[in-house]
Amino acid sequence: MNFLKKYLDRVRPNFEEGGKLHAFHSVYDGFATFLFTPSTTSGKRGAHIHDSIDSKRTMIIVVAALMPCFFFGMYNTGYQHQLALGIDSFPFWDMMLYGFLAVLPRVVVAYVVGLGIEFVVAQWRKEEIQEGFLVTGILIPMILPIETPLWMIAVATAFSVIFVKEVFGGTGYNVLNVALVTRAFLFFAYPAQMSGDKVFVPTGSVFGFGGEAADGYSCATPLGQIATQTSEQITLTGADGQAITSWDAFVGLIPGSFGETSMICILIGAAILLLSRIADWRVMLSVFVGGLFMGWIANSFATPTYPASYLSPIDQLLYGGFAFAAVFMATDPVTAARTRTGKYIYGLLIGVIAVIIRTYNNGYPEGAMLAVLLMNCFAPLIDWCVVQANINRRMRRTNVISKNA
Amino acid sequence: MKIKLKKGLDLKIAGGVKTTAVRDVDVKVFAVSPDDFPGFKPKVDVKEGDSVMAGAPIMHDKKNEDVKLVAPVSGTIKAVVRGERRKVIRIEIEKSDNQMSRRFDICDNLDGSDAMRLLAESGLLAEVRQRPYDIVPSPEVSPRDIFVTAIDSAPLAVSPEMAVADKVKQIEAAVRLLSTICKGKIYISVRPDSILPAITGAERVEIEGPHPAGNPGIQAANIAPVNKGETIWTLDIVTLARIGELAVNGQRDFSTIVAVTGPEVGEPCMLKTFEGAAVAPLLKAASLRQTSHHIRVISGNVLSGVATSPDDYLHFPYHQLTVIAEGDDKTEFMGWASLSPSKASVSPTFPGHFSGKAFTPDARLNGGRRAMIMSGEYDRVMPMDILPEYLLKAIISRNIESMEKLGIYEVAPEDFAVAEYVDTSKLPLQQIVREGLDYLRDALE
Repeated sequence: MNFLKKYLDRVRPNFEEGGKLHAFHSVYDGFATFLFTPSTTSGKRGAHIHDSIDSKRTMIIVVAALMPCFFFGMYNTGYQHQLALGIDSFPFWDMMLYGFLAVLPRVVVAYVVGLGIEFVVAQWRKEEIQEGFLVTGILIPMILPIETPLWMIAVATAFSVIFVKEVFGGTGYNVLNVALVTRAFLFFAYPAQMSGDKVFVPTGSVFGFGGEAADGYSCATPLGQIATQTSEQITLTGADGQAITSWDAFVGLIPGSFGETSMICILIGAAILLLSRIADWRVMLSVFVGGLFMGWIANSFATPTYPASYLSPIDQLLYGGFAFAAVFMATDPVTAARTRTGKYIYGLLIGVIAVIIRTYNNGYPEGAMLAVLLMNCFAPLIDWCVVQANINRRMRRTNVISKNA
Repeated sequence: MKIKLKKGLDLKIAGGVKTTAVRDVDVKVFAVSPDDFPGFKPKVDVKEGDSVMAGAPIMHDKKNEDVKLVAPVSGTIKAVVRGERRKVIRIEIEKSDNQMSRRFDICDNLDGSDAMRLLAESGLLAEVRQRPYDIVPSPEVSPRDIFVTAIDSAPLAVSPEMAVADKVKQIEAAVRLLSTICKGKIYISVRPDSILPAITGAERVEIEGPHPAGNPGIQAANIAPVNKGETIWTLDIVTLARIGELAVNGQRDFSTIVAVTGPEVGEPCMLKTFEGAAVAPLLKAASLRQTSHHIRVISGNVLSGVATSPDDYLHFPYHQLTVIAEGDDKTEFMGWASLSPSKASVSPTFPGHFSGKAFTPDARLNGGRRAMIMSGEYDRVMPMDILPEYLLKAIISRNIESMEKLGIYEVAPEDFAVAEYVDTSKLPLQQIVREGLDYLRDALE
């Protein structure tokens, strides 16, 4: 790799102050530090050695934890397509290829738009490029319906990177989860393209692969179907018109956003995040506990007015984006509560609110996204209370002393 | 009293001292660097060519003229080294062949103010730290309690108990002297397997747990934290024994045992010399490895020492010298993706996390500086009732009210050393805390 290092060292002067490519300094810096560990050393006083972990590795581990869901999403996209066409055979590589071609443009658009903005802003602020968008860029296509138009992804990504992250100061300063705001933006700005029964199952061919489903074909997600049911006996159907069971939802072969259908893959991701200690188990656990608890309450007082209340607490976790949000969204350290006690409260409330929204508000069949965004807003308040408790302990100590004195 | 601390981190680093033998080493030149004594504004009392005896004052504090820094050996002033804007960097003293030691007036019944004056005049007060602010104590304030640590939990450090094993009499005398100054308690912290006997007049505290459990500030935080308006003193057992030597014999003891450690040292060993010894002869005595790569000599431990060039001198507290690779000449391709077992980390994403062997770290940051992203990282390694992230943010934003509320009076930079090591965002935490303490003191005093 020495030739590469030598090349980078040789072209470095061009990018420095006064060099002819100075306008691309942060791009150079981004690539140079990506390829070679920076040789910056510690100062004269302070810690002279540092742990090997850095922000790049942290983010890459999250991306790695997302990969099982991503590959399953490719498979499931192909699978749902075959079902929609009414085909009985499911050749593995054909489905993977179909799914890959369907999602590839969306990943590319999210990364190009988001990283483009990051590069420009980093250059403008004379900072290093930050790695946060590596995760956001892969999350965005995974939480959107596969049929979302590319231009919408571009607009929504640009909106949330600029107005949710950069105006607050970049990675580490944002209040809301960037990927979720992208989804929320699309959900409220283009509801027709983001929900309903036309967007979750791919019906057309991509790059000449796959076929065209029958005209007027439609299939909603399980939660979408529940919201419109009126009887106590919930019947859910898949893309081929057959009934779906909880087991299907656990495996993930159901219609839904690209990466969030498979509980198995989400659990693998959760295991990676927890074993590597990148995500906090307190948040993850308490979201599930909150969801189960509220699911149990809703189910105990089930009423036909709110059909989703007939779902068992376990099913509440299996369907929709609940588990994905618990594992990958709620645990974002920047937007979650940062204090230890705060994390339990934050997680519990996400779980409870997600189930409340999806059960008692038929307009929003999926509540996890809104629950996480809502709690993102309240996380600083939760932390404030925990910090205040620490302050009060200290104040009491001082008061005791001044009384005794 | 027994305290068991769970939070913290013991780093395994190659180059520890394996023997208990202490060798004498002949050093010609010594130096005192005022930067090692935060809060001390130096005014030089000697000039080049002057001859001084051990214990003679060579600098005094502009604000508290009684507080002195003294010559550790007798000899002639070789140089007064100054930096930008004539700031005093250090005073170098060339040791003479026959050593003379200054005698201090001691009598049996010193009162508190006499004792304070004696400590200030003998240069020993400068080797004590006060909280708040982690500075040289003001002689006008008598401390609430005094916390003495007989534990050095830092990486590669040797136990200070060995240096004071035969000085129980001095330690007891020091406790008697300090109890005239301090109305409260004097705590001495030891490991449960300590060989140090109980000291009359002092409370013995047994402390278990990983670094920074040995820091006196951590001990204070777990025994009786510093509140607003209070002052405590912190010092180590070696300094306490030095105070005792002064109280018993009327003379200063400047001898010190230096552990020369680290992966770049051929024979890690313990060397006996005096405070402020030149580094080069010590490195030679420990047979520094001859290498082609850059090295970093640290006076102190790898987490909170001072980077020292090989022609520099030992810095306070004069116990340890660590040599590691600098690392700025290394080429590492995609280090962030590395699965090499030789990379040390607290993160289980590195195979090295699971290896029990000692590492050979270098001085690189191993990443770029970022905003605080991960939460709870500092918490895991700080055994104090402090919310480090919030305190640091209050310091960065120079918000005095928040700093006070979040407990800035309880902390010293060294308490954040382990947090600085584990930090994913590579922030200079100790520097941030130091600047915060200085800012606060400037604003309030």
